[in-house]
Amino acid sequence: MALTEEQIAALTEKAWEIRRKIIKTIVWAGGGHVGGALSQVDILVILYYHYMNIDPQNPKWENRDRLILSKGHGGVGYAPILADKGYFHEELLQKFNHTHSDFAMHLDHLKVPGVDASTGSLGHGLPIAVGLALGAKLKGKKWRTFCILGDGECNEGSVWEAAMAAKHYNLSNLTAFVDRNQLCIDGSVENIMALEPFKEKWMSFGWNTLEIDGHDFQQLGKAIENAHETTEKPTMIIANTVKGKGVDYMEGEVPWHYGGLDPEKEEMALKSIDQLYGKT
Amino acid sequence: MSSQFHNYDIEKMTPTEIYGEVLTQMGKAREEIVTLTADLAKSTKTKKFASEFPERFFNVGIAEQNLFGIASGMALAGFLPFVSTFAVFASLRASEQIRTDICYQNLNCKIIATHSGLSFGQAGTTHHCTEDMGVMRSFANMTVIAPADGYEIANAVISSADYPGPVYIRIGREFERPVHKHHEYGYEIGKAITLHEGSDVTVIACGTGVLHAEKAARILNENRGIKVKVIDMHTIKPLDQKAVLEAIEETGKIITVENHSIIGGLGSAVAETIAESGKLCHLKRLGVPDSFSGVGHPEELQKYYSIDTEGIISAISEMVGETPEVDKETKLALNDDWKNVV
Repeated sequence: MALTEEQIAALTEKAWEIRRKIIKTIVWAGGGHVGGALSQVDILVILYYHYMNIDPQNPKWENRDRLILSKGHGGVGYAPILADKGYFHEELLQKFNHTHSDFAMHLDHLKVPGVDASTGSLGHGLPIAVGLALGAKLKGKKWRTFCILGDGECNEGSVWEAAMAAKHYNLSNLTAFVDRNQLCIDGSVENIMALEPFKEKWMSFGWNTLEIDGHDFQQLGKAIENAHETTEKPTMIIANTVKGKGVDYMEGEVPWHYGGLDPEKEEMALKSIDQLYGKT
Repeated sequence: MSSQFHNYDIEKMTPTEIYGEVLTQMGKAREEIVTLTADLAKSTKTKKFASEFPERFFNVGIAEQNLFGIASGMALAGFLPFVSTFAVFASLRASEQIRTDICYQNLNCKIIATHSGLSFGQAGTTHHCTEDMGVMRSFANMTVIAPADGYEIANAVISSADYPGPVYIRIGREFERPVHKHHEYGYEIGKAITLHEGSDVTVIACGTGVLHAEKAARILNENRGIKVKVIDMHTIKPLDQKAVLEAIEETGKIITVENHSIIGGLGSAVAETIAESGKLCHLKRLGVPDSFSGVGHPEELQKYYSIDTEGIISAISEMVGETPEVDKETKLALNDDWKNVV
């Protein structure tokens, strides 16, 4: 069922709020992976506020849907969503990255409620997601596993080991996204180690593969529903995104993979986000 | 300790076959057990589990990183994974997956690594593994076990299922003679077993070294009156430091024996304990020196690296101030002893 206009409006409002919260968290943290945190936001928002079957009051509930943020450096963009959902108090975000804080750039699932696996080292998340999806199948459980990868991460061989296995085990309960923002630390993914033809690669691995605009809730919703209807194979949603999306001076800029924000830059960032959402 | 799961033929089965048998018996009793391998079901003897419980067996192909990633996902989903591949691939190829996906998340995942040490001697150095204890010992939350024989492998595998967190058990490839007489000898993870009492020198051994150490102690006692204490230190981490401290007090002379590099494994763990004890103790580590291991028959390689009976006798002799050259009578005793066993 396609999303209604009201639903899209509500998700859009939430994406605006979360983008602002990410900027605040980056400031509290003294810096963070802001570019990728902003490119992945809309994928996480539609999952956490529309599709995922979760109970933030009971983070270990066995029948919950799982999410593995394989691009673990996106933690600074993920934690504000978990706080907003009520997994923990939002005030805790003010300690992000601080010494002895439970919140590091790459989130620890033993410390942060709602995080289903500790990630950070790239190429690890998809194999873990395959194990979770396989586990659900073996237990005869209906819960789904979602996994979000970075595009640069797809240079890791272990991603493709897991891609092979997911189809081999016909894991239709696994839906993965690639946050295809085209940039990694050192520059353009295509220049450093090309992934294209990317869609064809996933298709040839036997995945139901869709390519969409990763900032368009209508397209994201259709793709997720397509994944839910697909049988016998996992789904890969290549979400074309813009690194730093929402902050004009960061968008598509390699140096904003990781950065800190002084009060002036913070204000500019928030203003830009407000403008994007017509909040001025 | 109950005899449950201890149904195997110690005289005929290799340690790996015993593992495969015990795992299968455990699989019958515990539905949460899943077994995973990377195209080594035959070699790691997990094939038996596979044929009994095909729905709980996953052969992920030749992809060790994915093997341990999937295992961690299954542990997160509430299963109790037993993961088997060769020691070299587990500890080195998939080292980071074990460290970050399994140990960091403190998952209840058991790694049974076969073909460890020099046990795949003729395959060449690519398939030896003299580094795994060093690597695994450095991972927080990890328990590291090097069982001495088939009984101890069974005990370690059975105990690991209810031992919290990740456990790494290294076993060999070939048939190994048993050291213990029965599976009931008070096995407990983290608790050393004293096989032989003595006041002159202590030999602390693990894995294949235990049998040789016990034999060396017996021969030296009978032929030359040298009293050697022998400790089966099956658990390298957490190390039974109390047993080491007692050995320092009782003998002041310790020799470690391991089918592993002298860097990072049992010898290093014992050396750390001695150094921090503040006590004076003479230490000699027997194992593979800082070099890539040579190629050959496993027993000949053990001889070459002095981790066999003769090598241990030689090291003990030197430590008590006698010539390391093995005399004729001892050599004869060695030969007789082997004949008796074989």
